[in-house]
Amino acid sequence: MRTKITVAVTGLNNTDNPGPGIPVIRSLKESDFFEVRVIGLAYENLEPGIYMKDLVDKTYQIPYPTAGTEALISRLEYVNSVENIQVLIPNFDAELYSFMKSAEKLDEMGIKTWLPTLEQFEERHKVNLSDFGKKYDVKVPESKAIFSAGEIYSLTPEFKYPFLVKGKFYDAYLAYNPEQVKMHFDKIISKWGGPVIIQQFVHGTEVNVIALGDGRGTTVGAVPMRKQYITDKGKAWGGITLDDKRMLALTHKIINATKWKGGMELELIKTHNNELYLIEINPRIPAWVYLAVGAGQNLPEALVKLALGYEVTPFDKYDVGKMFIRYSWDMITDIQTFERLSTFGEL
Amino acid sequence: MKVRENLAISDTGFVFDPTSGDSFSLNPIATDLMNLLKNSTSMEDIKFYFVNKYEVSESTVEKDVIDFISVLKQHGLTESEDEN
Repeated sequence: MRTKITVAVTGLNNTDNPGPGIPVIRSLKESDFFEVRVIGLAYENLEPGIYMKDLVDKTYQIPYPTAGTEALISRLEYVNSVENIQVLIPNFDAELYSFMKSAEKLDEMGIKTWLPTLEQFEERHKVNLSDFGKKYDVKVPESKAIFSAGEIYSLTPEFKYPFLVKGKFYDAYLAYNPEQVKMHFDKIISKWGGPVIIQQFVHGTEVNVIALGDGRGTTVGAVPMRKQYITDKGKAWGGITLDDKRMLALTHKIINATKWKGGMELELIKTHNNELYLIEINPRIPAWVYLAVGAGQNLPEALVKLALGYEVTPFDKYDVGKMFIRYSWDMITDIQTFERLSTFGEL
Repeated sequence: MKVRENLAISDTGFVFDPTSGDSFSLNPIATDLMNLLKNSTSMEDIKFYFVNKYEVSESTVEKDVIDFISVLKQHGLTESEDEN
């Protein structure tokens, strides 16, 4: 007999720049422990997950993070009064801050989360990666935050071309000269605001680890992966699980040292000398989470268990050589359905 | 020289490196050689195996084996390359 629960999930944008929402939901629906009613929380009315009725039981629109936490809480209070949500899993980088800040308030409403602390969230931020590397003795590429285009021309000789120009939440472009840096800087500033992060480019293969921390230093689960097919936005469209003990050791080290709470994705570069450089920590479950489930670690289910206070035994194995291949799929819906969502903000 | 323990070599000649995620396709002769190397077979025994199986001289086998090993090293598939 499975335990019935209601879980709210964001990130229903299963597009060519996919959010983790749908894979998270798919993982929860396959749980042997929980029988999950899924409440989708959407920002835009064409997020594909809204229309996936076999996965998302009901969707509510929520205000953008820019509207502030008050507007978000007020909307969630309404949703909760109808749905009685037990756990909420936010999946967008840009919204995490609002949800972490509101964690206590959500808890009072009876909604549990399993998110990093604000301190953990801040210190792993791209802007602070150099300090993070020093503090925890982890190899990171040289990086620096810049706030104005005037700083571009004084980046050398500290940085050698090519280097990466990154947005604080999303986007990363490789630049070979100051003109290209300027072009990417302007694009990122207009889209995400400042600062823009300059990061020395490290040659090698990008590899990733999905992991879950229990907040006390234990890694509940971790699966390393290499992207095999990458979209022009740099997103994995295919990948394979790896047997790499050093990647796992690095993951355990970081989770243990930071007492990481919640899901995370480590983005690493493996150099030709087999050195591992940490280039980014995404403080949430990545969109390729279902590969970990396919390899034997249902990390979203474990996260929900942690959030609800269940004892969770850490996973000690996964299948190596498991692959995922994404595909796109056209759903057909009616204008009346779209109208209901657009007019009433729920579907 | 030995090829890495964790390499998966199938009968069809498909090789999967679980550390890097790379995969390779070998022809039947290379598959035989790969399996011999995985079992730490000596160069003398490798030469004996191929000279008996194909019409080929010992010196040709030796040269081809050395070439093949250098390709394996290039792809990080030999034991010494692996720090995992």
